[in-house]
Amino acid sequence: MTVFTCILLGFLIICAVAASLSKNLLNTILIFMSYSLVMSVIWILLESPDLAITEAAVGAGVTTVLFLVTLKKIHAILKKDDRQEENGNE
Amino acid sequence: MSRRVPQEQYEKTFSYKFRQWMDGTKDPFLDTVEMKSQEAFQEDGQAAEQRARDRKRIAERAYDLEKNAELRIFRRIYNVLAVLFCVLLVVMLLAAVSWLPAVGEADRPVNNEVSARYIENGLQETGAVNIVTGMILDYRAFDTLGESHVLFIATCTVLILLRLDRKEDQEKFEANDRLHEPKNDIILQTVAKILVPPIFIFGIYVILAGHLGPGGGFSGGAVIGAGLILYLNAFGFAKTEKFFTARTYRRMSFCALACYSLAKSYSFYTGANHIESIIPLGTPGAILSSGLILLLNICVGVVVSGTMYTFYVMFRKGGY
Repeated sequence: MTVFTCILLGFLIICAVAASLSKNLLNTILIFMSYSLVMSVIWILLESPDLAITEAAVGAGVTTVLFLVTLKKIHAILKKDDRQEENGNE
Repeated sequence: MSRRVPQEQYEKTFSYKFRQWMDGTKDPFLDTVEMKSQEAFQEDGQAAEQRARDRKRIAERAYDLEKNAELRIFRRIYNVLAVLFCVLLVVMLLAAVSWLPAVGEADRPVNNEVSARYIENGLQETGAVNIVTGMILDYRAFDTLGESHVLFIATCTVLILLRLDRKEDQEKFEANDRLHEPKNDIILQTVAKILVPPIFIFGIYVILAGHLGPGGGFSGGAVIGAGLILYLNAFGFAKTEKFFTARTYRRMSFCALACYSLAKSYSFYTGANHIESIIPLGTPGAILSSGLILLLNICVGVVVSGTMYTFYVMFRKGGY
Protein backbone atom coordinates (compact mmCIF):
# COMPACT_ATOMS: atom_id res chain seq x y z
CA MET A 1 0.00 0.00 0.00
CA THR A 2 2.84 2.41 0.78
CA VAL A 3 4.31 1.88 -2.69
CA PHE A 4 0.94 2.70 -4.24
CA THR A 5 0.65 5.84 -2.12
CA CYS A 6 4.16 6.92 -3.10
CA ILE A 7 3.37 6.46 -6.79
CA LEU A 8 0.19 8.50 -6.41
CA LEU A 9 1.96 11.26 -4.50
CA GLY A 10 4.66 11.39 -7.18
CA PHE A 11 1.97 11.67 -9.83
CA LEU A 12 0.37 14.46 -7.81
CA ILE A 13 3.60 16.48 -7.79
CA ILE A 14 4.14 15.89 -11.50
CA CYS A 15 0.58 17.04 -12.21
CA ALA A 16 0.98 20.16 -10.08
CA VAL A 17 4.22 21.16 -11.84
CA ALA A 18 2.88 20.29 -15.29
CA ALA A 19 -0.30 22.31 -14.75
CA SER A 20 1.70 25.45 -14.05
CA LEU A 21 4.22 24.91 -16.85
CA SER A 22 1.86 23.82 -19.63
CA LYS A 23 1.54 26.39 -22.41
CA ASN A 24 -1.89 25.30 -23.60
CA LEU A 25 -4.71 26.40 -21.31
CA LEU A 26 -6.87 23.42 -22.29
CA ASN A 27 -4.10 21.02 -21.31
CA THR A 28 -3.71 22.84 -18.01
CA ILE A 29 -7.35 22.25 -17.17
CA LEU A 30 -7.16 18.57 -18.08
CA ILE A 31 -4.03 18.14 -15.96
CA PHE A 32 -5.76 19.94 -13.11
CA MET A 33 -8.67 17.54 -13.41
CA SER A 34 -6.40 14.52 -13.19
CA TYR A 35 -4.76 16.14 -10.17
CA SER A 36 -8.16 16.26 -8.47
CA LEU A 37 -8.89 12.64 -9.37
CA VAL A 38 -5.59 11.41 -7.91
CA MET A 39 -6.19 13.57 -4.86
CA SER A 40 -9.56 11.91 -4.31
CA VAL A 41 -7.92 8.46 -4.41
CA ILE A 42 -5.37 9.71 -1.88
CA TRP A 43 -8.20 10.93 0.38
CA ILE A 44 -9.59 7.39 0.37
CA LEU A 45 -6.16 5.99 1.26
CA LEU A 46 -6.01 8.55 4.10
CA GLU A 47 -9.34 7.10 5.30
CA SER A 48 -11.56 10.11 4.70
CA PRO A 49 -14.13 9.00 2.12
CA ASP A 50 -16.29 12.08 2.79
CA LEU A 51 -13.62 14.31 1.34
CA ALA A 52 -12.98 11.87 -1.51
CA ILE A 53 -16.59 12.11 -2.71
CA THR A 54 -16.54 15.91 -2.48
CA GLU A 55 -13.18 16.19 -4.23
CA ALA A 56 -14.30 13.93 -7.08
CA ALA A 57 -17.59 15.79 -7.58
CA VAL A 58 -16.39 19.36 -7.10
CA GLY A 59 -12.71 19.27 -8.04
CA ALA A 60 -12.81 16.86 -10.95
CA GLY A 61 -16.38 17.51 -12.07
CA VAL A 62 -17.94 20.91 -11.57
CA THR A 63 -14.78 23.07 -11.42
CA THR A 64 -13.41 21.55 -14.62
CA VAL A 65 -16.67 22.11 -16.46
CA LEU A 66 -16.81 25.73 -15.28
CA PHE A 67 -13.21 26.28 -16.39
CA LEU A 68 -13.95 24.80 -19.81
CA VAL A 69 -17.01 27.02 -20.27
CA THR A 70 -14.96 30.07 -19.29
CA LEU A 71 -12.23 29.16 -21.79
CA LYS A 72 -14.84 28.89 -24.49
CA LYS A 73 -16.35 32.23 -23.53
CA ILE A 74 -13.01 34.03 -23.82
CA HIS A 75 -12.33 32.17 -27.12
CA ALA A 76 -9.19 30.52 -25.78
CA ILE A 77 -10.04 27.15 -27.33
CA LEU A 78 -9.23 27.58 -31.01
CA LYS A 79 -10.20 25.20 -33.76
CA LYS A 80 -7.43 23.81 -35.94
CA ASP A 81 -8.07 26.00 -39.00
CA ASP A 82 -8.44 29.10 -36.78
CA ARG A 83 -5.01 28.43 -35.41
CA GLN A 84 -3.52 28.00 -38.85
CA GLU A 85 -5.09 31.26 -39.98
CA GLU A 86 -3.68 33.07 -37.02
CA ASN A 87 -0.21 31.69 -37.73
CA GLY A 88 -0.53 32.69 -41.37
CA ASN A 89 -1.41 36.26 -40.44
CA GLU A 90 1.66 36.73 -38.31
CA MET B 1 36.52 25.20 -12.07
CA SER B 2 34.09 27.68 -13.42
CA ARG B 3 34.65 29.72 -16.50
CA ARG B 4 32.95 32.70 -18.00
CA VAL B 5 30.38 31.95 -20.66
CA PRO B 6 29.86 34.53 -23.43
CA GLN B 7 26.66 36.51 -23.22
CA GLU B 8 24.96 34.95 -26.28
CA GLN B 9 25.58 31.44 -25.02
CA TYR B 10 24.36 32.36 -21.57
CA GLU B 11 21.15 33.76 -22.96
CA LYS B 12 20.30 30.35 -24.38
CA THR B 13 20.62 28.49 -21.10
CA PHE B 14 17.70 27.47 -18.93
CA SER B 15 19.02 29.35 -15.90
CA TYR B 16 18.96 32.66 -17.81
CA LYS B 17 15.34 32.11 -18.83
CA PHE B 18 14.42 31.05 -15.32
CA ARG B 19 16.04 34.18 -13.94
CA GLN B 20 14.19 36.34 -16.44
CA TRP B 21 10.98 34.67 -15.37
CA MET B 22 11.78 35.22 -11.69
CA ASP B 23 12.66 38.89 -12.24
CA GLY B 24 9.51 39.42 -14.23
CA THR B 25 11.38 40.95 -17.18
CA LYS B 26 9.69 38.50 -19.54
CA ASP B 27 6.05 37.53 -19.36
CA PRO B 28 6.00 33.72 -19.62
CA PHE B 29 2.49 33.74 -21.03
CA LEU B 30 3.16 36.27 -23.80
CA ASP B 31 3.28 34.59 -27.23
CA THR B 32 3.13 31.13 -25.69
CA VAL B 33 -0.39 30.63 -24.38
CA GLU B 34 -3.23 30.52 -26.86
CA MET B 35 -5.01 33.79 -26.45
CA LYS B 36 -6.91 35.99 -28.78
CA SER B 37 -4.88 39.15 -29.26
CA GLN B 38 -6.72 42.15 -27.87
CA GLU B 39 -6.68 45.60 -29.39
CA ALA B 40 -6.07 48.55 -27.14
CA PHE B 41 -9.21 50.55 -26.46
CA GLN B 42 -9.14 53.89 -28.21
CA GLU B 43 -11.84 56.46 -27.82
CA ASP B 44 -12.24 59.10 -30.52
CA GLY B 45 -12.63 62.72 -29.51
CA GLN B 46 -16.32 62.96 -30.26
CA ALA B 47 -17.29 60.01 -28.08
CA ALA B 48 -15.17 61.31 -25.22
CA GLU B 49 -16.85 64.70 -25.46
CA GLN B 50 -20.26 63.06 -25.52
CA ARG B 51 -19.42 60.98 -22.47
CA ALA B 52 -18.21 64.00 -20.51
CA ARG B 53 -21.35 65.93 -21.44
CA ASP B 54 -23.59 62.99 -20.48
CA ARG B 55 -21.91 62.60 -17.16
CA LYS B 56 -22.35 66.26 -16.37
CA ARG B 57 -26.00 66.16 -17.33
CA ILE B 58 -26.65 63.06 -15.25
CA ALA B 59 -25.05 64.72 -12.23
CA GLU B 60 -27.10 67.85 -12.79
CA ARG B 61 -30.43 66.16 -13.37
CA ALA B 62 -30.26 63.22 -10.99
CA TYR B 63 -28.51 64.80 -8.04
CA ASP B 64 -28.80 68.54 -8.59
CA LEU B 65 -25.71 68.95 -6.48
CA GLU B 66 -25.58 72.76 -6.57
CA LYS B 67 -28.94 73.23 -4.90
CA ASN B 68 -29.32 70.01 -2.95
CA ALA B 69 -27.28 70.75 0.14
CA GLU B 70 -28.57 67.66 1.89
CA LEU B 71 -27.04 65.35 -0.70
CA ARG B 72 -23.76 67.26 -0.64
CA ILE B 73 -23.49 66.85 3.11
CA PHE B 74 -24.49 63.19 2.87
CA ARG B 75 -21.71 62.55 0.36
CA ARG B 76 -19.11 64.13 2.58
CA ILE B 77 -20.32 62.22 5.67
CA TYR B 78 -20.42 59.02 3.63
CA ASN B 79 -16.78 59.36 2.64
CA VAL B 80 -15.68 60.02 6.20
CA LEU B 81 -17.76 57.13 7.54
CA ALA B 82 -16.41 54.73 4.92
CA VAL B 83 -12.82 55.48 5.94
CA LEU B 84 -13.73 55.24 9.62
CA PHE B 85 -15.46 51.90 9.10
CA CYS B 86 -12.46 50.44 7.27
CA VAL B 87 -10.09 51.62 10.02
CA LEU B 88 -12.39 50.18 12.68
CA LEU B 89 -12.55 46.86 10.86
CA VAL B 90 -8.76 46.68 10.57
CA VAL B 91 -8.32 47.51 14.25
CA MET B 92 -10.93 44.93 15.28
CA LEU B 93 -9.37 42.17 13.22
CA LEU B 94 -5.86 42.98 14.47
CA ALA B 95 -7.16 43.00 18.05
CA ALA B 96 -8.82 39.62 17.48
CA VAL B 97 -5.54 38.21 16.15
CA SER B 98 -3.65 39.53 19.17
CA TRP B 99 -6.05 37.66 21.46
CA LEU B 100 -5.31 34.31 19.81
CA PRO B 101 -3.24 31.94 21.96
CA ALA B 102 0.45 31.73 21.10
CA VAL B 103 1.88 28.82 19.12
CA GLY B 104 3.04 25.94 21.31
CA GLU B 105 1.21 27.01 24.45
CA ALA B 106 0.09 24.13 26.64
CA ASP B 107 -3.56 25.23 26.93
CA ARG B 108 -4.07 25.86 23.22
CA PRO B 109 -7.43 24.76 21.80
CA VAL B 110 -5.63 22.00 19.89
CA ASN B 111 -4.50 20.40 23.12
CA ASN B 112 -7.70 20.77 25.16
CA GLU B 113 -10.39 18.26 25.97
CA VAL B 114 -12.82 19.14 23.13
CA SER B 115 -11.57 16.64 20.55
CA ALA B 116 -11.44 13.83 23.10
CA ARG B 117 -15.00 14.64 24.13
CA TYR B 118 -16.20 14.59 20.51
CA ILE B 119 -14.80 11.09 20.10
CA GLU B 120 -15.98 9.76 23.47
CA ASN B 121 -19.45 11.26 23.78
CA GLY B 122 -20.21 12.07 20.14
CA LEU B 123 -22.39 9.03 19.56
CA GLN B 124 -24.50 9.47 22.71
CA GLU B 125 -24.97 13.22 22.35
CA THR B 126 -25.67 13.52 18.63
CA GLY B 127 -26.86 10.02 17.75
CA ALA B 128 -24.85 10.05 14.52
CA VAL B 129 -22.70 7.02 13.74
CA ASN B 130 -20.53 9.17 11.47
CA ILE B 131 -18.73 11.37 13.99
CA VAL B 132 -17.65 13.86 11.30
CA THR B 133 -21.27 14.61 10.41
CA GLY B 134 -22.17 14.77 14.09
CA MET B 135 -19.45 17.35 14.56
CA ILE B 136 -20.21 19.61 11.60
CA LEU B 137 -24.01 19.47 11.87
CA ASP B 138 -24.47 19.36 15.63
CA TYR B 139 -21.58 20.74 17.65
CA ARG B 140 -20.51 23.15 14.92
CA ALA B 141 -23.77 23.62 13.03
CA PHE B 142 -23.40 27.38 13.16
CA ASP B 143 -20.31 27.07 10.91
CA THR B 144 -22.23 25.00 8.41
CA LEU B 145 -25.09 27.51 8.37
CA GLY B 146 -22.52 30.18 7.51
CA GLU B 147 -21.13 27.98 4.74
CA SER B 148 -24.56 27.53 3.18
CA HIS B 149 -25.07 31.27 3.25
CA VAL B 150 -21.65 31.82 1.67
CA LEU B 151 -22.73 29.55 -1.20
CA PHE B 152 -26.00 31.45 -1.54
CA ILE B 153 -24.18 34.81 -1.59
CA ALA B 154 -21.73 33.43 -4.18
CA THR B 155 -24.67 32.58 -6.44
CA CYS B 156 -26.11 36.05 -5.93
CA THR B 157 -22.78 37.56 -6.99
CA VAL B 158 -22.61 35.36 -10.07
CA LEU B 159 -26.18 36.41 -10.90
CA ILE B 160 -25.28 40.09 -10.57
CA LEU B 161 -22.20 39.72 -12.76
CA LEU B 162 -23.39 37.33 -15.46
CA ARG B 163 -27.17 37.62 -15.70
CA LEU B 164 -28.62 38.93 -18.95
CA ASP B 165 -32.00 40.51 -18.47
CA ARG B 166 -33.54 40.34 -21.91
CA LYS B 167 -34.74 37.00 -23.23
CA GLU B 168 -33.47 37.68 -26.80
CA ASP B 169 -29.99 38.43 -25.48
CA GLN B 170 -29.99 35.12 -23.66
CA GLU B 171 -30.99 33.22 -26.77
CA LYS B 172 -28.37 34.98 -28.89
CA PHE B 173 -25.75 34.31 -26.24
CA GLU B 174 -26.62 30.63 -26.13
CA ALA B 175 -26.73 30.23 -29.91
CA ASN B 176 -23.33 31.85 -30.18
CA ASP B 177 -22.08 29.60 -27.41
CA ARG B 178 -23.19 26.36 -29.05
CA LEU B 179 -21.95 27.31 -32.52
CA HIS B 180 -19.30 24.61 -32.77
CA GLU B 181 -21.24 21.93 -30.93
CA PRO B 182 -23.66 19.31 -32.14
CA LYS B 183 -27.04 20.08 -30.62
CA ASN B 184 -28.38 16.57 -30.29
CA ASP B 185 -25.39 14.30 -29.87
CA ILE B 186 -26.67 10.71 -29.86
CA ILE B 187 -23.67 9.28 -27.98
CA LEU B 188 -23.91 11.88 -25.24
CA GLN B 189 -27.68 11.43 -24.98
CA THR B 190 -27.46 7.65 -24.67
CA VAL B 191 -24.71 7.83 -22.06
CA ALA B 192 -26.62 10.49 -20.15
CA LYS B 193 -29.79 8.38 -20.23
CA ILE B 194 -27.91 5.50 -18.62
CA LEU B 195 -25.74 7.50 -16.22
CA VAL B 196 -27.97 10.29 -14.91
CA PRO B 197 -30.41 8.16 -12.84
CA PRO B 198 -27.63 6.30 -10.96
CA ILE B 199 -25.85 9.62 -10.33
CA PHE B 200 -29.02 11.14 -8.85
CA ILE B 201 -29.71 8.05 -6.75
CA PHE B 202 -26.12 7.99 -5.50
CA GLY B 203 -26.34 11.67 -4.61
CA ILE B 204 -29.60 11.16 -2.73
CA TYR B 205 -28.10 8.17 -0.94
CA VAL B 206 -25.03 10.17 0.08
CA ILE B 207 -27.28 12.92 1.48
CA LEU B 208 -29.70 10.62 3.31
CA ALA B 209 -27.01 8.34 4.74
CA GLY B 210 -24.82 11.25 5.79
CA HIS B 211 -25.22 10.44 9.49
CA LEU B 212 -24.64 6.70 9.00
CA GLY B 213 -21.65 6.57 6.70
CA PRO B 214 -19.29 8.73 4.72
CA GLY B 215 -20.98 11.59 2.94
CA GLY B 216 -23.28 14.41 3.85
CA GLY B 217 -25.12 17.35 2.43
CA PHE B 218 -22.27 19.04 0.64
CA SER B 219 -20.86 16.01 -1.18
CA GLY B 220 -24.29 14.64 -2.09
CA GLY B 221 -25.42 18.04 -3.32
CA ALA B 222 -22.31 18.38 -5.47
CA VAL B 223 -22.95 14.92 -6.99
CA ILE B 224 -26.56 15.83 -7.83
CA GLY B 225 -25.45 19.18 -9.26
CA ALA B 226 -22.92 17.43 -11.51
CA GLY B 227 -25.68 15.04 -12.66
CA LEU B 228 -27.94 17.98 -13.51
CA ILE B 229 -25.14 19.58 -15.54
CA LEU B 230 -24.64 16.33 -17.49
CA TYR B 231 -28.38 16.13 -18.19
CA LEU B 232 -28.43 19.75 -19.35
CA ASN B 233 -25.48 19.19 -21.68
CA ALA B 234 -27.08 16.16 -23.27
CA PHE B 235 -30.65 17.38 -23.70
CA GLY B 236 -30.43 21.16 -23.77
CA PHE B 237 -32.17 23.91 -21.87
CA ALA B 238 -35.65 23.16 -23.18
CA LYS B 239 -35.86 19.93 -21.19
CA THR B 240 -34.29 21.09 -17.95
CA GLU B 241 -36.39 24.23 -17.82
CA LYS B 242 -39.47 22.05 -17.51
CA PHE B 243 -38.52 21.22 -13.95
CA PHE B 244 -35.78 23.62 -12.95
CA THR B 245 -36.04 27.35 -13.47
CA ALA B 246 -34.75 30.38 -11.63
CA ARG B 247 -38.00 30.49 -9.68
CA THR B 248 -37.58 26.87 -8.56
CA TYR B 249 -34.05 27.63 -7.49
CA ARG B 250 -35.08 30.70 -5.52
CA ARG B 251 -37.86 28.83 -3.73
CA MET B 252 -35.70 25.79 -3.03
CA SER B 253 -32.84 27.86 -1.61
CA PHE B 254 -35.14 30.00 0.47
CA CYS B 255 -37.00 27.01 1.93
CA ALA B 256 -33.80 25.10 2.65
CA LEU B 257 -32.00 28.02 4.30
CA ALA B 258 -35.08 29.02 6.31
CA CYS B 259 -35.62 25.41 7.40
CA TYR B 260 -31.99 25.12 8.47
CA SER B 261 -32.11 28.39 10.39
CA LEU B 262 -35.36 27.46 12.16
CA ALA B 263 -34.20 23.96 13.08
CA LYS B 264 -30.91 25.24 14.39
CA SER B 265 -32.53 28.16 16.24
CA TYR B 266 -34.71 25.63 18.04
CA SER B 267 -31.79 23.50 19.12
CA PHE B 268 -29.74 26.54 20.15
CA TYR B 269 -32.70 27.84 22.16
CA THR B 270 -33.24 24.57 23.99
CA GLY B 271 -29.50 24.08 24.45
CA ALA B 272 -28.88 27.55 25.85
CA ASN B 273 -31.81 27.37 28.27
CA HIS B 274 -31.12 23.77 29.35
CA ILE B 275 -34.52 22.60 28.11
CA GLU B 276 -34.90 19.00 27.05
CA SER B 277 -35.28 18.90 23.25
CA ILE B 278 -38.46 17.15 22.10
CA ILE B 279 -36.75 15.70 19.04
CA PRO B 280 -35.75 12.10 19.83
CA LEU B 281 -32.26 10.93 18.97
CA GLY B 282 -33.45 7.46 17.97
CA THR B 283 -31.31 4.35 17.87
CA PRO B 284 -27.90 4.99 16.35
CA GLY B 285 -27.61 3.31 12.95
CA ALA B 286 -31.27 3.65 11.93
CA ILE B 287 -32.08 5.93 9.02
CA LEU B 288 -34.48 8.04 11.11
CA SER B 289 -32.10 8.80 13.94
CA SER B 290 -29.73 11.42 15.27
CA GLY B 291 -32.31 14.16 15.72
CA LEU B 292 -32.08 17.08 13.34
CA ILE B 293 -29.01 15.97 11.42
CA LEU B 294 -30.93 14.24 8.62
CA LEU B 295 -33.07 17.34 8.03
CA LEU B 296 -30.04 19.62 8.06
CA ASN B 297 -28.23 17.34 5.61
CA ILE B 298 -31.15 17.50 3.19
CA CYS B 299 -31.24 21.32 3.46
CA VAL B 300 -27.52 21.65 2.74
CA GLY B 301 -27.80 19.18 -0.15
CA VAL B 302 -30.64 21.15 -1.76
CA VAL B 303 -28.75 24.44 -1.51
CA VAL B 304 -25.49 22.98 -2.87
CA SER B 305 -27.03 21.14 -5.83
CA GLY B 306 -29.02 24.21 -6.87
CA THR B 307 -25.95 26.39 -6.56
CA MET B 308 -23.76 24.14 -8.72
CA TYR B 309 -26.36 23.99 -11.45
CA THR B 310 -27.03 27.75 -11.33
CA PHE B 311 -23.31 28.52 -11.65
CA TYR B 312 -23.13 26.45 -14.80
CA VAL B 313 -26.27 27.95 -16.33
CA MET B 314 -25.09 31.48 -15.59
CA PHE B 315 -21.76 30.78 -17.28
CA ARG B 316 -23.44 29.25 -20.31
CA LYS B 317 -26.48 31.35 -20.95
CA GLY B 318 -26.59 34.25 -18.54
CA GLY B 319 -30.02 33.51 -17.13
CA TYR B 320 -32.79 30.96 -17.08
